Amino acid sequence: MLQVSVWRGGTDGAYQTYEVPRYESQSVLDVVTYIQRNIDPTLSYRFACRVGMCGACAMTVNGVARWTCRTHVSKVAEGDALQIAPLANLPVVKDLVTDMCEFFDKWARARGRFVPGTTRKDEFARVASNSPERVAIDAGIECIGCGVCYASCDVVGWNPDYLGPAALNRAWTLVKDVRDQGRQERLEAVAGDAGCHACHTHLACGERCPKNIVPTAAIAGLKRAVALAVWKGEL
Amino acid sequence: MSGVERAYDDTRAGSPAAASSAARAEVWLWIAQRASAALLALCVLVHLATIIYAVRHGLSGAAILGRTRGNGIALAFYALYVLAIAVHAPIGLRTLCQEWLGWRSASLNWVAGAIALALFAFGLRAGWAVFA
Repeated sequence: MLQVSVWRGGTDGAYQTYEVPRYESQSVLDVVTYIQRNIDPTLSYRFACRVGMCGACAMTVNGVARWTCRTHVSKVAEGDALQIAPLANLPVVKDLVTDMCEFFDKWARARGRFVPGTTRKDEFARVASNSPERVAIDAGIECIGCGVCYASCDVVGWNPDYLGPAALNRAWTLVKDVRDQGRQERLEAVAGDAGCHACHTHLACGERCPKNIVPTAAIAGLKRAVALAVWKGEL
Repeated sequence: MSGVERAYDDTRAGSPAAASSAARAEVWLWIAQRASAALLALCVLVHLATIIYAVRHGLSGAAILGRTRGNGIALAFYALYVLAIAVHAPIGLRTLCQEWLGWRSASLNWVAGAIALALFAFGLRAGWAVFA
């Protein structure tokens, strides 16, 4: 049997322990689902795809932010003990559910949307797959917005305004997009205390990202791009 | 207004010019700290090499002063070293105060500025003491 300690309640909640039978090839999401379906139906948590595509089931498992659907119990359990909590650095709604509003609002604040510059009458942009810009974009484009990097980032904890690894990674993929017309506005949005220059290069985001993206590298790119623009008087 | 629209609106709230100039100032501080760090890396190496040379050759205080008195190159080097420290340390302390103490008011900038001046003045005084 597994001894599973699960966070119950809001920010002022507490851990409650459940006994869950242990199976082979059991994921942490299986454990949470077992508790909700067999022991306590009031347990709240999020999941959707169960196969590592949607990013909805991210939680803190034994102190580390992870996708619970892609985390085998055998890899993270300490003996028979598991501790499951909501993601850090985000307000807790209830139990294992966090309020992701601020996380996604920061994508918008980092100007994380593509700004087109052509019409349907113009030619398609041709971007070679091996061009340096496309290679830089490829390194960061697979982000699915699960919030694992944001929950793992020390700077987010210290500076609540900090845009965070995911939003800055998104901004970098657009800065490198030769079609995008929002570069100036985006560099302004990611400059300063709450932006890329607040990153301490701890690399926790890249260490924990389930997609093996290294947002720190994207943030380093933004630091250079913004510093160069300020140096040249363009910003 | 949806969450995303609200977020876009947030960035336009207040004076964009003022926000932009504050962000620009932060970027200049970042550049200054990185440039001074590069300078410090060089200065610390030279300073350590000097210490090791003095110790290994058993130089007395008088022998060291004999080499530094009137030595314009040593004074210029240590003035540069002190300048790099006076730029680098207060910017880092300012960040620490912001992140660990939550001190983000304008008073922090004055304190960081005062620390910069004090480091520069005391450091230069020490350099001058072995020169004059």
